[in-house]
Amino acid sequence: MRLLTVSGSPHLHTDQSVSKIMYGVVFSLIPAMLVSFYFFGLAAILVTLTAVVSCMAFEFVIQKYLIKGPLTIFDGSAIITGVLLAFNVPANLPLGLVVIGSAVAIGMGKMTFGGLGKNPFNPALVGRVFMMISFPVQMTTYPEPTAFSTRLTDVVTGPTPLTLVKDGVSRGVGISELMPQLPEYTQLMMGNMGGSVGEVSAIALILGGLYMLFRRIISWHIPVAFLGSAAIFAGIFWLVDPQVYVDPVFHLFTGGLMLGALYMATDYATSPMSRWGMIIFGVGCGLLTIIIRLFGAYPEGVAFSILIMNAFVPLINRAFKPKRFGEEVKNG
Amino acid sequence: MKTFAIGGVHPPENKFAEKQPIEWLPPSGTVAIPISQHLGVPAKPVVTKGDKVRVGQLIARGEAFISAHIHASVSGTVSKIDSITDTSGYRRQAILIDVDGDDWMESIDRDQTLISDCSLDAPEIVKKVHEMGIVGLGGATFPSHVKLNVPQGKKASYLIINGVECEPCLTADHRIMLERGEEMLVGITIQMRALGVEKAIIGIENNKPDAITHLTELARKYPGITVEPLKVKYPQGAEKQLIKALVDREVPSGKLPIEVGCVVHNVGTSLAVYEAVQKNKPLIERVVTVTGVSVKKPSNFMVRLGTPVSALIEAAGGMPEDTGKVINGGPMMGKALNDLGAPVTKGTSGILLFTQEETPRLPELNCVRCAKCLTVCPMGLEPYLLAVLADKRRLEECEEERIMDCMECGSCLYICPSGRPLLDQIRVGKNLVGKMIRERSS
Repeated sequence: MRLLTVSGSPHLHTDQSVSKIMYGVVFSLIPAMLVSFYFFGLAAILVTLTAVVSCMAFEFVIQKYLIKGPLTIFDGSAIITGVLLAFNVPANLPLGLVVIGSAVAIGMGKMTFGGLGKNPFNPALVGRVFMMISFPVQMTTYPEPTAFSTRLTDVVTGPTPLTLVKDGVSRGVGISELMPQLPEYTQLMMGNMGGSVGEVSAIALILGGLYMLFRRIISWHIPVAFLGSAAIFAGIFWLVDPQVYVDPVFHLFTGGLMLGALYMATDYATSPMSRWGMIIFGVGCGLLTIIIRLFGAYPEGVAFSILIMNAFVPLINRAFKPKRFGEEVKNG
Repeated sequence: MKTFAIGGVHPPENKFAEKQPIEWLPPSGTVAIPISQHLGVPAKPVVTKGDKVRVGQLIARGEAFISAHIHASVSGTVSKIDSITDTSGYRRQAILIDVDGDDWMESIDRDQTLISDCSLDAPEIVKKVHEMGIVGLGGATFPSHVKLNVPQGKKASYLIINGVECEPCLTADHRIMLERGEEMLVGITIQMRALGVEKAIIGIENNKPDAITHLTELARKYPGITVEPLKVKYPQGAEKQLIKALVDREVPSGKLPIEVGCVVHNVGTSLAVYEAVQKNKPLIERVVTVTGVSVKKPSNFMVRLGTPVSALIEAAGGMPEDTGKVINGGPMMGKALNDLGAPVTKGTSGILLFTQEETPRLPELNCVRCAKCLTVCPMGLEPYLLAVLADKRRLEECEEERIMDCMECGSCLYICPSGRPLLDQIRVGKNLVGKMIRERSS
């Protein structure tokens, strides 16, 4: 006798799954990865590998021995956390600190809350901010980029463009005098500047972002709202006094803004559900980033702004519901 | 090209039987005709065991306002009135008839010539449609005479004819449009007269270009009827979505299409109305698509109501070895059958034989809050939230979040990368909320 399955409709399912989506994200990160290897050499490779392996290892240990639940280390999400954590630290960061950062990211940022999808804050950013506060010197000593770099730890360090501007302006130097010390804008876009492992190349990140958009892994709402509001807000100040406030294009292509807008703010679990919610979230991230950059103690504000907005996500989800069908009577 | 505004998915179409002409399947053996083949109150049997019946004879009377008459689909002897497992999977009352020959009532005009003139006025048409037991053949099986009767104080401005057939695999409506187009158009003019409307729009998705061309050509002779091609997107065949796509009106939550001046009928229903009014023929047969990836002979059969599903599968070349699931209806909204002896009823649009690999349920993972379910929900709901609220039995909140707007199209479960049983949980929630609302009003 033949056994037939009886189950509720629908009887079809897309070929999408969580791990396919996650590996899609990993794939889209490859261009940015290659650029960072090019500029920061073996050090960048080592930091990335260490972060990925330790994130997976910590997730394994926690799931196997603490939670004693099913193992999900190969669903791709721990790999993403590892890569993004590595992308958010300087290439010459001591590897021991990378391991500590991974432990915080996976342990505190993700598993404490019940694992994938249940964490309120972006795990990689939790790890980064933890290290930022605990190891401020190591976390702000950035290596200078060199083409086809093969260095490991022979440190030629220098300030990031954002630090240069922040320090200069605070000493009362005008932007026009600082400009000659900064890389040209085309160099900024390519990633030829001091900064964290994966944040430097806007072009490579945009390429990855377009791939994710095309595969419908993310929607345009958060990145566009984030980048747009940052540009507009920075632009307003620039128009007010271009000697004190640097122009919006500079803001867009420096620091972690591109990485943050495309990869950190779009994290599924920690961003809002509805389209309008996503836009509000993105605008909030953009505003906070520029406020911190212009008026805060830190030269960079992407990580903090995203974490702050993460905390608002439950409220945003309550306040911004999708437009219901038949809500307004329309007799077109 | 038009389509509805929010949500929707694109499942693979797999319309294997679209080139297969409608094939007449002769009655044989025993048929089981359930007394509840429509939305509303079940009909009351008017025959008893041992009675001889002829094709088209009234065997059960739908007495309530929302109910429908049932007629004998075959000639023969009533062997018993008993409960059988129907396509819903539940045991329901049915009238069983042992087939003997094919003896039709004389009142039915079996001649195939087209009769396009109709002299009946609106109430007479509605009465005829009622007498002939016509219900919506798209799947919802709402009694047609109720829909054709515009309530006091309301006015219909459009008759919308649903030729969308947005469910994958199904091709029954497609074949009706191609083969019975002219009769269908006469049926539409009759429906227009009953409703007192000047305009009828036939909505067809553009994956059926032959039907669009054919009907556009034929419709030239019928003033007021236009054909509108639509961009393919599931669930465009849902009443509210189709109205939105064609005339850009939104039926308010909990209301019927007449609220925005529209009445929607399926193409199969228009054909049935034609036959009822012009040929005096009750609803005793319908077109059923039998298909599947490994089915030998994917087919569109004209089947007498009450014929067991197993007979249809036999006629399509038998059940393939790799069949893992048999579905009554489309793959998105149809029901998996638990008994292949279940009879074809007025709402059976297709019988699908799926392999186990085709109908996977992913292992259930945490919700990753990807928001894909919100994006695809055609009603603008939040399926992830409704599922959680329903699971926690927080029914008041379910109601506030408009769980009753859900039409169970399945887009959320289809898209969910975490394999969460969203619609299963929402269905349970809808049931409980519905009960809560009824208790409150009583």
